[in-house]
Amino acid sequence: MPVSVSSSKLIYDCLKDGGVRIISALPETWLVHLIRMADEDRDMTLVRLAKEEEGVGISAGAHLAGVKSAMLMQNHGFLASINGIVSCAQLYRIPLLMLISHRGEFGERDPWQTEGGGVTEHVLDALRIPHTRLESPDHVGRRIQKAQTLANSASRPVALLLCRDLMWEEPV
Amino acid sequence: MRRLDALKLLYPDLANRVVVTIMGAVAAELQSIGHRSNFFYLQHAMGLASSLGLGIALSRPELSVVVFDGDGSVLMNLGGLTTLARYRPRNLVHVVFDNESLLSVGGFPTATSTGSDLAAIAAAAGVPRTATVRTLDELRTEFDAAVASRELTTIVAKVEAVGPAGYVTDLSLLENRYQFQRYLKGPQSS
Repeated sequence: MPVSVSSSKLIYDCLKDGGVRIISALPETWLVHLIRMADEDRDMTLVRLAKEEEGVGISAGAHLAGVKSAMLMQNHGFLASINGIVSCAQLYRIPLLMLISHRGEFGERDPWQTEGGGVTEHVLDALRIPHTRLESPDHVGRRIQKAQTLANSASRPVALLLCRDLMWEEPV
Repeated sequence: MRRLDALKLLYPDLANRVVVTIMGAVAAELQSIGHRSNFFYLQHAMGLASSLGLGIALSRPELSVVVFDGDGSVLMNLGGLTTLARYRPRNLVHVVFDNESLLSVGGFPTATSTGSDLAAIAAAAGVPRTATVRTLDELRTEFDAAVASRELTTIVAKVEAVGPAGYVTDLSLLENRYQFQRYLKGPQSS
């Protein structure tokens, strides 16, 4: 499976360095290494969800209890979480660090992923959620750190889009 | 059993616990008995009160967390029961007030009115201890047993479909949120 181990490690280490101690996740191909790293790390609590929206509640509880968290999901998981994002995180000014695997862009071969990719950034804009794209390894460290800083200073959700060129190593 | 009487019965036990409630009647009735800084009312995001309680319970194992949920909310996040059961925090008691209706929006009957059994669903999801109670005495017994057991427990309390005249109180959502966060930071919570 050509999911980038080195990019996954870079992202994971950055989350860890940023103080993240709870990660909620639902499996998705591009996230397999990140989820495995969280599972194997004794200092990290990995919460495996049934549906991504639960992760909003987990992160809100963790934040109020003083623990930093991050959410790993596919863009369809983000779309499935919107009510929780609006009526819990935005209503109550909860910082969420959402890492969204951004399927469905150029190069996507799975037909079922293609609609979600087209609407994700528009929906983030409509929700006024600041977001940026991680497309290469040199984006990872600074952009994750800056996203976390803004989430905390604004007390609002932010999103990082994990893009194909960062996460997938299959030759074109 | 009326939910207000059930809340009054448990109220003295909540003094040193972290309490998360759903929106609507539960939040308004608990506030009518007396708001405390260790109570958080999730005034929307139906279904996520138990997830939020799980986030607190996992983050702070030394705290005792009580979630006051409702049938309508649980039905919107049945998968959340499987996540609760998967991590089965020993410091969380999950009380579901089941009035078999979405009372706050006019009394629309929920699926518990036609036979869906939330305690059985919780048990089948893997919650280690579950009970259905219909009287204040049964609630007292099961709540005490849940706390003493130190195991995740879901108690479904069957209550009448009656509630307060209104749901908006003078406690603003953000005031509640920051006060609650400050409580969790402070020495009284440790």
